[in-house]
Amino acid sequence: MAKKILEINNINKSFGTHKILDGLSLAVEEGEVLVILGPSGCGKSTLLRCINGLETFESGEITLEGESVLADKKNLPKLRQKIGMVFQSYDLFPHLNVMQNLTLGPVKAQGRPKADVETEARELLKRVGLADKEERFARELSGGQKQRVAIIRSLLLHPEVILFDEVTASLDPEMVREVLDLIGELAHEGRTMIIVTHELQFAKAIADRVIFLENGKIIEESQGKDFFASPKTQRAKDFLTVFDYSTIG
Amino acid sequence: MQDSAIQVIFRGKNLLRLFQGLWVTIELSMIAILISILLGFVFGILMTSRFKWIRGICRFYLEFIRIMPQLVLLFIVYFGFARTFNINFSGEMAAIIVFSMWGTAEMGDLVRGALTSLPRHQIESGLAIGLNQKQLYWYVIFPQILRQLIPQAVNLMTRMVKTTSLIVLIGVVEVVKVGQQIIEANRLTVPSSAIWIYGLIFFMYFAVCFPISRLSIYLESKWKE
Repeated sequence: MAKKILEINNINKSFGTHKILDGLSLAVEEGEVLVILGPSGCGKSTLLRCINGLETFESGEITLEGESVLADKKNLPKLRQKIGMVFQSYDLFPHLNVMQNLTLGPVKAQGRPKADVETEARELLKRVGLADKEERFARELSGGQKQRVAIIRSLLLHPEVILFDEVTASLDPEMVREVLDLIGELAHEGRTMIIVTHELQFAKAIADRVIFLENGKIIEESQGKDFFASPKTQRAKDFLTVFDYSTIG
Repeated sequence: MQDSAIQVIFRGKNLLRLFQGLWVTIELSMIAILISILLGFVFGILMTSRFKWIRGICRFYLEFIRIMPQLVLLFIVYFGFARTFNINFSGEMAAIIVFSMWGTAEMGDLVRGALTSLPRHQIESGLAIGLNQKQLYWYVIFPQILRQLIPQAVNLMTRMVKTTSLIVLIGVVEVVKVGQQIIEANRLTVPSSAIWIYGLIFFMYFAVCFPISRLSIYLESKWKE
């Protein structure tokens, strides 16, 4: 059995009286691509944000390679360097050009030599077809280009696990493909990833495992394509039907 | 006699004295502005603190400084402290203290406004790449809020330069005071000298404040990039 990288143990989180995460437990193995599905407001994004320490939770524990995420606030920056996170709204830093965006974390936070990071960044830019853009600023790039840069930015930290939070949700349809292709490639490289998405076809193609979340609970968990072929719960069936347009007309 | 009225400016060391007075104005306001900018950033960050009581104290300080006329603050620090605590500040020192207190409060409020208007996502992206708080402010937050801050900060700076004319009243001999002295000295011989002296002082303030506001326009357009 592969090594468990990330373990989430019985975490609870509420906003006021509203429970966001309800005793949720989960383990992610090295090299696994885990896709989290569920209706909006089910706690998918919150879960990712908890893993990265951007949100606190009331009880339970999240450990990355045995290190507890919220145990020591001082240690949080170090821990976050092992967790890449890509957001829906890409969020490149507008005052820095592409190369500066890419090197900020590795050079300033991790203290790696700038020249090495730049060489690596150039290779990655070339690989995603953005070699000519290193001097550009975010506003000069398309949404898809920005999101690819944001993905590279998290890769450059050499993270143990990468979290994708609806990374294609605010992209124009024709830009979605280029971003998903890149994520697909990373999956093939054997990177550990947790992906929150509404692109079901993509999820089907890429997922080693799917969990279906509702009201902060895992209500269905299946290996890869099983979830799409034969969902076990009625709730998951309903959810998949919403995205199935063959019944229209 | 218009001619002789203008000549008052050039009589004796009058012009030199006016420039010396102007220098006092510039020196005091620049020291106060520098302190205000530095402390203003600290104050602004405190104003966005997670802790309610810190925000409360900051809010109280800001409102207190805003409500008080600067002149009253000057009198409190200059006369009040001497009488009550037996602390004797020179007029210059009292001026620097009061203008720094005021500038810090106003600058802090500008910094707070800029900080809160920065999209939350920017901060989260910075945290997500593993920056600590200090690095986050230095590399992500400050560079982004600076552009927004410049026009407002410059406005504050020019207000501070102009308001230093109040320190005449605690006995600091700055440009307006020198002007008054020259006018007084020539009151009997050249009664109309006031218009020329104050006119010159007008241009002196303009000469100080105009480059500051030009600089802000330049920086704004440069950082539009």
